[in-house]
Amino acid sequence: MPAAAETSVARRGEAGRAGLDVRSDLHVSFEERASGGINVDLRSRVDLYYGERIRQQVRDVLRTLGVEHAHIAIIDEGALPFVIAARVEAAVRRTGLGQGMSALPEAVALPAPSARDRLRRSRLYLPGNEPKYFINAGLHAPDAVILDLEDSVPFAEKDVARLLVRNALRAVDFGAAERMVRINQLPLGLADLAEIVPQSPDLILIPKVETPDQVSDIVGAVESIAKRSNVGRPIWLMPILESALGIENAFAIAKASDRIVALTLGLEDYTADLGVAKTSGGVESLYARMRVANAAHAAHVQAIDSVYGDVADSEGLLRWGEASRAMGFEGMGCIHPIQIEIIHRAFAPTASELEKAMEIVAAYEDAQAHGLGVVSLGSKMIDAPVVQRALKLVARAKQMGTMIDPVTSGEES
Amino acid sequence: MSTSVATGLVTNAVGRRVPTTVNGRESVPYQGIGGYRPTGHKAGSSIRSNSDYPTNGDKRVPNLETALRLCGLRDGMTISNHHHLRNGDLVALAALQTAARMGAKDLVWFPSASFPCHEPVIELMKSGAVHHIEGSMNGPLGDYCSHGHMRGLGVLRSHGGRWQAVQDGEVHIDIAVIAAPAADYFGNADGSHGKSACGSLGFALADSVYADRVIAVTDNLVPFPCIPWQIQGNNVDYVVEVDSIGDPSMIVSGTTQLTRSPDRLRIAELVARFLRDSGIMRDGFSFQAGAGGIALAFVDYLARMMKEANVKASFVRGGSTKYLVDLLNDGLIGYILDGQTFDLDAVRSIASDPRHVPTSPFTSYNFHGKGNFASMVDACVLGATEVDVHFNANVVTHSDGRLLHGIGGWQNCLFAGCTILAVPSFRDRIPVIVDEVTTITGPNELIDVIATERGIAINPKRQDLLDAVQGKGLPIRSIEEIKAEVEKICGGKPAKPRLLDNPVAVVKWVDGTVLDTVWQVVDDNPYAPKVNGGE
Repeated sequence: MPAAAETSVARRGEAGRAGLDVRSDLHVSFEERASGGINVDLRSRVDLYYGERIRQQVRDVLRTLGVEHAHIAIIDEGALPFVIAARVEAAVRRTGLGQGMSALPEAVALPAPSARDRLRRSRLYLPGNEPKYFINAGLHAPDAVILDLEDSVPFAEKDVARLLVRNALRAVDFGAAERMVRINQLPLGLADLAEIVPQSPDLILIPKVETPDQVSDIVGAVESIAKRSNVGRPIWLMPILESALGIENAFAIAKASDRIVALTLGLEDYTADLGVAKTSGGVESLYARMRVANAAHAAHVQAIDSVYGDVADSEGLLRWGEASRAMGFEGMGCIHPIQIEIIHRAFAPTASELEKAMEIVAAYEDAQAHGLGVVSLGSKMIDAPVVQRALKLVARAKQMGTMIDPVTSGEES
Repeated sequence: MSTSVATGLVTNAVGRRVPTTVNGRESVPYQGIGGYRPTGHKAGSSIRSNSDYPTNGDKRVPNLETALRLCGLRDGMTISNHHHLRNGDLVALAALQTAARMGAKDLVWFPSASFPCHEPVIELMKSGAVHHIEGSMNGPLGDYCSHGHMRGLGVLRSHGGRWQAVQDGEVHIDIAVIAAPAADYFGNADGSHGKSACGSLGFALADSVYADRVIAVTDNLVPFPCIPWQIQGNNVDYVVEVDSIGDPSMIVSGTTQLTRSPDRLRIAELVARFLRDSGIMRDGFSFQAGAGGIALAFVDYLARMMKEANVKASFVRGGSTKYLVDLLNDGLIGYILDGQTFDLDAVRSIASDPRHVPTSPFTSYNFHGKGNFASMVDACVLGATEVDVHFNANVVTHSDGRLLHGIGGWQNCLFAGCTILAVPSFRDRIPVIVDEVTTITGPNELIDVIATERGIAINPKRQDLLDAVQGKGLPIRSIEEIKAEVEKICGGKPAKPRLLDNPVAVVKWVDGTVLDTVWQVVDDNPYAPKVNGGE
């Protein structure tokens, strides 16, 4: 009975999703064989157009992973090549094969490396195992995209999402957006870093940070992987504080590494930790937000707010964003692209603010040119901190591209 | 089964091979925009006299079978129906199935559009009762035709082209069966009242005038006079009362929902910005908008921009929804010229607001009319299944060659001052922007702008539009550039479908000439997504 014996030891692995409600993904069912080469059984929405290329790609991926004999059944809902590669690799790896090998998709050109103090008004969350949202995310022009491996990915799919996010970092053009990844808590997060760091993400979000030591662990891992894989670009860190203890340690955490460029907080977990309800007014998180804003500024990193959960309520989002800016935050998260433009509006200086600041800056430059120590506007003397604030505001407005045509938010009248 | 109903293939003015004979009649190959000007006199229905009808005006008969018998139902006749009840329609099937039960053979079905609910017509074609369909085919009907099973050649016409074909005698309707949400015993009929209310009955208007015999079927008999009489009783032979003409839940949607798709919203916003920044959006302008996802969202964005700029539109043509009705009530538009009424808010509005006017393909689209509303609007936003680098567009077939969707008013609307096709650049890895569209439904002279999520391409023939939006911050790109980007994302150019050299349908241009041919498909992909197009 050699055949039966063979099937009883055959290793099988599955990955991905298919079905009527699924788009741009595929389901892969992989089974190792002892002989007979590679047999691809493909059912695809796009068989007519790309069927041959999909079969060829699957064979190439398997060869790269060192698989010579296998039966692989695919149901494809119009997935793009980087998704196909990730799902096939995930299915193979789930059998224990292909360890230590990667079938990387063709890389697109990376945007310019990310500056420490770049604009981070909006960061668009992309669930890490939902490929359909990836390809056009950059078109909506958020300041950053977050490929999320943590809360939006079920525990059983962490290994699969990790490969998809890795491939997306290589193969998807996110435009000018900063490419962020939210990893899982350690130790799972270490496995994320091993796949992610070699693809030069611009920033890693570290969830549920409560102590500076936790940051140090991540820094150690990032630096050793980056060195091993010759990553020359900066990889910044943004700790997320999501507990009462994390909030209390905000300043120490913000100072834990030079790689930290921003501090943010997660209000779902924080309110759960406090055992209070999360309200749209946010009174229960006022202290936490103020604490984070203050700690971030004390540590000279950006203070970044949480997300606004009601996608349909654009008025509420605008109000939240404006209040957030008033508290000292420089940006917040988005869970739908329609929030991006509203957030950018909320965090832009108003026309009158900008006008005033430009006057002060002009007076300051005038004083500098004349070697005067005192800046005055008309008959009024301007205090040094006021000058500093004006300089900061004008510099930010230049980054936002709002200098020539000051954003008038419009909602004020 | 093969069709020998198309003969004498020639190459027409857009370089497509088309038959010179369609279902035994000579047909004229497409000759360019405005290139074909038929002369002579319009066709008409046979002469009737009022002395043949009851002097008390009561034209009711007990059932459809009686009406069809009195109309002289015979083999080979052309029976027409209309799609104002959309996917809820029960009347077309009842008419054809009754005719089949009465033993009629080889009927030609001439619907203004077919919907998935009309799938049982396949059985009538298999049994021989129906010979072929001249009208839109999609879903199972489209597959049946695409595989060459239909005995005659499918003829796809625009709403305006249908009127043209009736007026110049290309199609003679023997019996028109009109579903009426309200009717009196004389045959006056209206669509805006009753449990099956659907709004405008404009699609049935030509048939009521030009068919030899007209039957009004209603589930809401009202006392004489039925007002307003969108269909005049003077054109109606018989009135049949039934329990139900349709499923109200499928006739109009309760409320129309705006799309949440980020990519569709982005395209819609780009289109609105294009109209604003090109200067087309100005006081007194007009536009056409449908009820598709992008078109609806476009109206929402445009309305906000109109408010900001304090601009009002003189009129809007289109499929009406809650969103257009809101604009009317907010004073942002002067009138809605309604071709099709899509939701309950719009039905209520057309029934009560004199500024919300039902129109027909005659007023809006007909080639033989002395002008068209559709060509008078400043801008029009439409969809497409494929567009090519030459700015030709396809709306009737899928990229695999299968019939997918009817033409509807799409071709007629291309005559707007600025025609914008709002499409995603690819769907499920299938590029929408291609080298050559599978089936030309709209020629490039009339397609001005293609708006995708990856940028806006302007037809090089419209230098004026290119100039108007220069420096306005819109993502204006060449169509070739967008196509190249999409092919890179999708992993290369898609393979072309294998098609047999056997025509299964023709696409008519608005003037009745043959614009392109739909060929028999070979491959059947059981895993291809099911499509349920409309119109």
